[in-house]
Amino acid sequence: MIELWRIAPPRGRIVIALALAVLLALPLAADRYVISVLTLIFYFAYVGQAWNLMMGYAGQLSLGHALYVGVGGYVAALMWLKLGIGPWLGVFAAVAAAAAFGAAIGWLGFRFGIAGVYFALLTIAFAEFTRIGFDHLELTGGAAGLFLPFEEKRIGEWWNLRGGQLLFYYLGLALAAGAALLVALMARSRLGYQWRAVREDETAARALGIDAFAVKMAAVVISSGMTAVGGVFYAFYYNNLFPSQVFEISRSIELILAPIVGGLGTVFGPVIGAFVLTPLGEGLTAVTGRFGINAPGVKAVFYGVVLIVIISAMPSGVWPRLAALFGLKDHAR
Amino acid sequence: MTTLLAAANLSKRFAGLIAVNQVSFEVAAGEIFAVIGPNGAGKTTLFAMIAGALTPDEGTVTFAGARIDGLTSDAVCRRGIARTFQIVRPFPALSVEDNVMIGALLRRADMRSARAHARAILEMLDLADKRAATASSLTLPDRKRLEVARALATDPKLLLLDEVMAGLRPTETDRMVAILRKLNRDTGMTILLIEHVMRAVMALASRVLVLHHGAAIAHGAPKDVVRDPAVIASYLGAEAVG
Repeated sequence: MIELWRIAPPRGRIVIALALAVLLALPLAADRYVISVLTLIFYFAYVGQAWNLMMGYAGQLSLGHALYVGVGGYVAALMWLKLGIGPWLGVFAAVAAAAAFGAAIGWLGFRFGIAGVYFALLTIAFAEFTRIGFDHLELTGGAAGLFLPFEEKRIGEWWNLRGGQLLFYYLGLALAAGAALLVALMARSRLGYQWRAVREDETAARALGIDAFAVKMAAVVISSGMTAVGGVFYAFYYNNLFPSQVFEISRSIELILAPIVGGLGTVFGPVIGAFVLTPLGEGLTAVTGRFGINAPGVKAVFYGVVLIVIISAMPSGVWPRLAALFGLKDHAR
Repeated sequence: MTTLLAAANLSKRFAGLIAVNQVSFEVAAGEIFAVIGPNGAGKTTLFAMIAGALTPDEGTVTFAGARIDGLTSDAVCRRGIARTFQIVRPFPALSVEDNVMIGALLRRADMRSARAHARAILEMLDLADKRAATASSLTLPDRKRLEVARALATDPKLLLLDEVMAGLRPTETDRMVAILRKLNRDTGMTILLIEHVMRAVMALASRVLVLHHGAAIAHGAPKDVVRDPAVIASYLGAEAVG
């Protein structure tokens, strides 16, 4: 960590310190709406980072990451509702459950040589099975959803993640910053280099003694486990879980847009991507709401257009361009 | 001399075509051994069976006293055999130094020593000034050198080189020959090379195996092999002997 700070360019240090200071102090000045949009940005920066680790670094395309969000959210919510175990403990079970799903999918895919687009299809299929499964699971309320009771008297119980907007704002900030730090550290580790080798050319990586199967398994397990933490956050923030919403493929897509727009395989890509995309999406919702337009698909269409425009202008994402422009080289690339 | 690598009765068929037919040979520790032969003779298939990229249909490969045929390519590398690819396969988006460092990480846990090792190897292969360039920006001769550097970084006991001289100019070939010779002399590294560039084979190899239609047709010291009538007829052509 100290090493990371030491190698960061001076300008980069200033920008990071300033951004963190502003975000920490912002609730003093900003209104509820801005805080809620920022909370959403942190959420997408976090889950985007988890996905980026698997796709951007290890080169394994998952289009079913909503599965891990959902499993993580459901496990922690159930533990709290049925067993009275709070989310700070429940998160461990959530991570373990999602990592087990990730390991199962990874094992099937990597063991039997299902790669690229076919692996992506496998991840979609698993997310869909799980959605259908949860639709019929009595324990979780099936398709009718699972609700976390919102009780006035419990507000402020941060140990149960019962709190107002500010609690989730700071928790989201900590998650997003922590994930960026974790990815930066891992990218510079032996495993991080082995991931990139496998991403670039698996045959050549294996010829250098890299156990490609083990390395890819590590990526999917870490990524799914990390994503589950985002799921716990989601469940306790929104207080409800519906299989048709959390496991939907559109959720998986939504979660990968930030890293793609921001820059795959970079530490700051998912963060920048979330800061670019989320306000645009929320702004659009606000505008259509203002004019009383009810068009459910408009956000997806809008994201599609934004994605096309940004990727055609900056094929490797916004962050590499920004970094070059302002002399903030991303050492942990 | 102890035997480092032994191939016994190796065969490989592809849908009826016998690519390698009952080939046996031994490579002694510390020697430079060359496999030559016309295109389609089965050299690369033989090489792939040693490197773990293909499993032999028949026969065995023994390395440092243990069977390695049927092992995966990464397991073979961990045993101490590093290879290059005839069609180079750098990690295109990574820097030259990172390419080599990934090789160095096989036997080094900490990044600092892996990077230092990578730099030393880049120095040896005249790539030090290009270490920050992305591998995709290199010219073909540099990519060939990078291929060797990356393999060397894994500290192999046996280095398998698949036509690393192809596409190099004569001066570049001589430089590569000098590097390999120095490596062999200084570290005692055993080298097995597949090569078409006879100038390099004659300068490097202590022994040569000649393949034709998947079978070994000659075996021995380079100067004897190039006078072998069967080798001249099938591969070199009469004028090559001069």
